[in-house]
Amino acid sequence: MELAFYASGLVAVLATLRVITSTNPIHALLYLIVSLLAVAMVFFALGAPFAGALEVIVYAGAIMVLFVFVVMMLNLKETVTAQERAWLGPRTWAGPSLLAAVLLVVLIAVLWRGDIGRVIAGDTLTAQAVGTVLFGPWLLVVELAAVLLLAALVTASHVGRSASRPPDDGSDGA
Amino acid sequence: MSGSTPAFVALAAAMAQALAILVGVVLLAAVMTVVERRLLGLWQDRHGPNRVGPAGSLQLVADMIKILFKEDWIPPFADRPLFVLAPVIAMASLLLSFMIIPLTPTWGVADWHIGLLFFFAMAGINVYAVLLGGWSSGNKYALLGAMRATAQTLSYEVFMGLSLMGVVALAGSFNLREIVAAQQGLWFIVPQFLGFCTFLVAGVAVTHRHPFDQPEAEQELADGYHIEYSGMKFGMFFIGEYIGMVLVSALIVTLFFGGWLGPWLPPFAWFALKTGALLVLFVLLRAALPRPRHDHVMSFGWRVCLPLTLINLLVTGAAILWLSPATD
Repeated sequence: MELAFYASGLVAVLATLRVITSTNPIHALLYLIVSLLAVAMVFFALGAPFAGALEVIVYAGAIMVLFVFVVMMLNLKETVTAQERAWLGPRTWAGPSLLAAVLLVVLIAVLWRGDIGRVIAGDTLTAQAVGTVLFGPWLLVVELAAVLLLAALVTASHVGRSASRPPDDGSDGA
Repeated sequence: MSGSTPAFVALAAAMAQALAILVGVVLLAAVMTVVERRLLGLWQDRHGPNRVGPAGSLQLVADMIKILFKEDWIPPFADRPLFVLAPVIAMASLLLSFMIIPLTPTWGVADWHIGLLFFFAMAGINVYAVLLGGWSSGNKYALLGAMRATAQTLSYEVFMGLSLMGVVALAGSFNLREIVAAQQGLWFIVPQFLGFCTFLVAGVAVTHRHPFDQPEAEQELADGYHIEYSGMKFGMFFIGEYIGMVLVSALIVTLFFGGWLGPWLPPFAWFALKTGALLVLFVLLRAALPRPRHDHVMSFGWRVCLPLTLINLLVTGAAILWLSPATD
């Protein structure tokens, strides 16, 4: 399991690098999907298949589909590729990557000094166990998340309604 | 040489079983392409393909030879890697889903407690096949077909998941073996009839089978997302559709019709009989129904099926709580 963890972690990191360096938006999104699938594999390797399956269903299977869908609709041409290539110049990424490198050093240092004794064990969580924890001690958080999603839904429905036209009465005029 | 240790034998047996299921599914899907045309002929009062071999029995061989030796053309304006990748996703994601389906008490590839979720995950990945195939072809009809397919699949996947939650709640598990075991007394089609109806609709829609085949409507889109595909790449899309059909039938059997359960006959015979009956139902749907308009399909999904599944889920949850003995 440890091997699977490191292998899929490596895939995730490499795929994410390609997301950033790829100049074709669709190809970049595909690398992002690969990265998400690799993260799902990390969950599987850690013994949390429920989280891994949800990662694939929600992120790779639903959210990223919408991303790809929208980018396809935009019909991006060569100008975008040229723009992306210009953004990849060292002048653009040198500053942010320097700052990120400092953060990375801090992160590695913290991880190094932290609890090193923990290893990847083969204990597999069942969906039932996850559900019991979510709807037991974490019930309030689950409910709050539900309220947040409801708010997003109401907002989307409000924004999506066109003001000039009376609301659709269900008879969808042909 | 560890060739005779029990662990190795078990491993080899499991791999042989997995391989047999894989080959069996692909063969069944290929045979279905011909069976469907013969059945359509029967119901529409015409002959169907009956010229190759005795009573048309070699039609499949002829089709295979044709599709394997056709020129495999990639359009110069296509996005080459994605164009090649799309049919692979179409076939592989559906084939992988068969991993979770238990054929008999002893046959099946994987026995996971997240079983059903794996199917949803693979169904989610399967959307990319159409999406990428349509976009990478660089063809307007293909893109329109991909658009329709994506909108339709996303809408129908929303309540496909919800329609099965009643079954999961009744069985108390995502594991398909446990779901079958929970149907010893009563098949889930009785307490979950609404769930069955909505899952059937969603299953037909997600596999783009008629009457939900607007993504590939010949009259409007000249075949939709696979218009630029030829040869075996088209074959993979084509067989993928039939694999989806077999997969949805097998899932419905497992989830609502008690899987391999049944009197007298051996378990596999029951499973095969039920799956075959559902496959014939798929073909009958195609033979009998006209193709609705795309916006009708979308509004039917959101306005009829989604509320129905939610009501079903609410009632199921209430009934389970009502009937279960009070704990603590």
